[in-house]
Amino acid sequence: MLPSNLWREIPQRYRLEAVFCPKCSTTYFPPRELCTECGSRELEKKKLPTKGKLVTYTVIHTPPKGFELYTPYIVGLVRLEDGTHITAQITDADPNKLDLDVDVEAVIRKVKENGREGPIYYGYKFRPILNANGAPERKC
Amino acid sequence: MRKVAVIGVGMVKVDHHWKESLRSLFTKAAINALEDAGNPDVEALYVGNMSAGQFNKQENLAPMLADALGLGSKPSLRVEEGCSSGAAALYMALKDVASGMHDFVLVGGVEKMMDTTTSDATFIISTVTDQEYEAFTGLSLAGINAMVMRLYMKKFGVKRESFAKFVVQMHENASKNPYAQFPFKISLDKALNSAPVAEPIHLMDCAPIGDGAAALIICPAEKAKEFTSDQVDIVGAWKANDTFLFHMRKDFLSLKATIEASRNAYDMANITPEDVDVAEVHDSFSIAGILAIEDLGFVRKGEGWMAVEEGLISLDGEIPINPSGGLKARGHPIGATGIYQAAEIVLQLRGDAGKRQVPDARIGLSHNTSGFGTSAIVHVFKAK
Repeated sequence: MLPSNLWREIPQRYRLEAVFCPKCSTTYFPPRELCTECGSRELEKKKLPTKGKLVTYTVIHTPPKGFELYTPYIVGLVRLEDGTHITAQITDADPNKLDLDVDVEAVIRKVKENGREGPIYYGYKFRPILNANGAPERKC
Repeated sequence: MRKVAVIGVGMVKVDHHWKESLRSLFTKAAINALEDAGNPDVEALYVGNMSAGQFNKQENLAPMLADALGLGSKPSLRVEEGCSSGAAALYMALKDVASGMHDFVLVGGVEKMMDTTTSDATFIISTVTDQEYEAFTGLSLAGINAMVMRLYMKKFGVKRESFAKFVVQMHENASKNPYAQFPFKISLDKALNSAPVAEPIHLMDCAPIGDGAAALIICPAEKAKEFTSDQVDIVGAWKANDTFLFHMRKDFLSLKATIEASRNAYDMANITPEDVDVAEVHDSFSIAGILAIEDLGFVRKGEGWMAVEEGLISLDGEIPINPSGGLKARGHPIGATGIYQAAEIVLQLRGDAGKRQVPDARIGLSHNTSGFGTSAIVHVFKAK
């Protein structure tokens, strides 16, 4: 991943900016140029909700190059409150205690470093929302 | 369109070929195919390869391999379609012969993966996924499969044992295949208790990294009998896509590309899934193999794991799957895999598959996908 790419994706990575099709009400994350559902080319900017539910997840032990320092780490599929899905790391969670359908919220975290002198990549991750007893919320 | 036949197949064993280069591996497989066909005068070359640029720092493969084969100035093309580059090359070569542009075409696939480290290879393989919104999160291709496996286990109440039984069956088949990377049986205990890669996927659920090359010679069906008495025709072929990002799918447990590609290929071949006697499916991970059995229409959704448990997929079962040992145990040298699959089906339909022969196989199918079902290519073969 190159610095120019990192810079270009900042609205999505830092602010969860998506696009929305006013004609057929479909949301796209990441943003795209046309609506693949109805063909409309007039999409509007939209900020995604920051809360949702964990649909499924994996615990990565054999990582792609660049993520060796962080194993084991969790990557999950989150369904946000508006129904949009997003792929993200799940942070602040014990892999052995995690479960499907827990409530999660977006946070900004370091994703990885690009060598000693390269830029540090930041972006969204999601963490379980804890209740007053410190246990994960599950409002099913 | 003209009807097209396969008149020659050639493979090298999938292995750690430290002494072979990408060029020598491909050339050896191609020579095997040419000799199997009786050395026809080949007019064009198609080669499937995913990523020689990343694995071997070598691009511009088509002229390089045409030169190695002594094809001089004849047209040659490389085809890239991620993990299904091999089947994509066959899909293009098939159209070439069917259209009447060329008569005798050599189509092969090659991937030399062992010259890199595991972490490099895992990264290179992850470049078939979306770099900005999947790989950026640290997600590997195994990771996407693992997320699906977890959902599948929950929805259908399946344990890891059922997936491990699929792996045991693949090794059983590969133990009878001289071209297999892992030609030995393994126990259920070993299949179940290996190191975690991307939970719930463990090492033994994954296809290995390896070096390999395979090739076919195809020609118009009407000219095939001059070269072989065991003619196998390609009677159906289709490629279909799905959303590139996994999280945009409407159904996380079905491979829509596989469903569409297979239904169109069945229509073209004028058959139904029940007519298929033997199939080579894309089991890059055990979950992918089980989903393929369902999405190709051999069993209903959610019942693929039962087909494994009940022995339906074994060599003498109702629908024998991956007699070669599949990607799991025959091996998965990425760009060559689709050609290995087609070569296996041709051998099966000719009755030349030795100890792993499926009895009375007349109609066979090969199924090659890229990414996590971002595309699927299905070919249907029929013994003459």
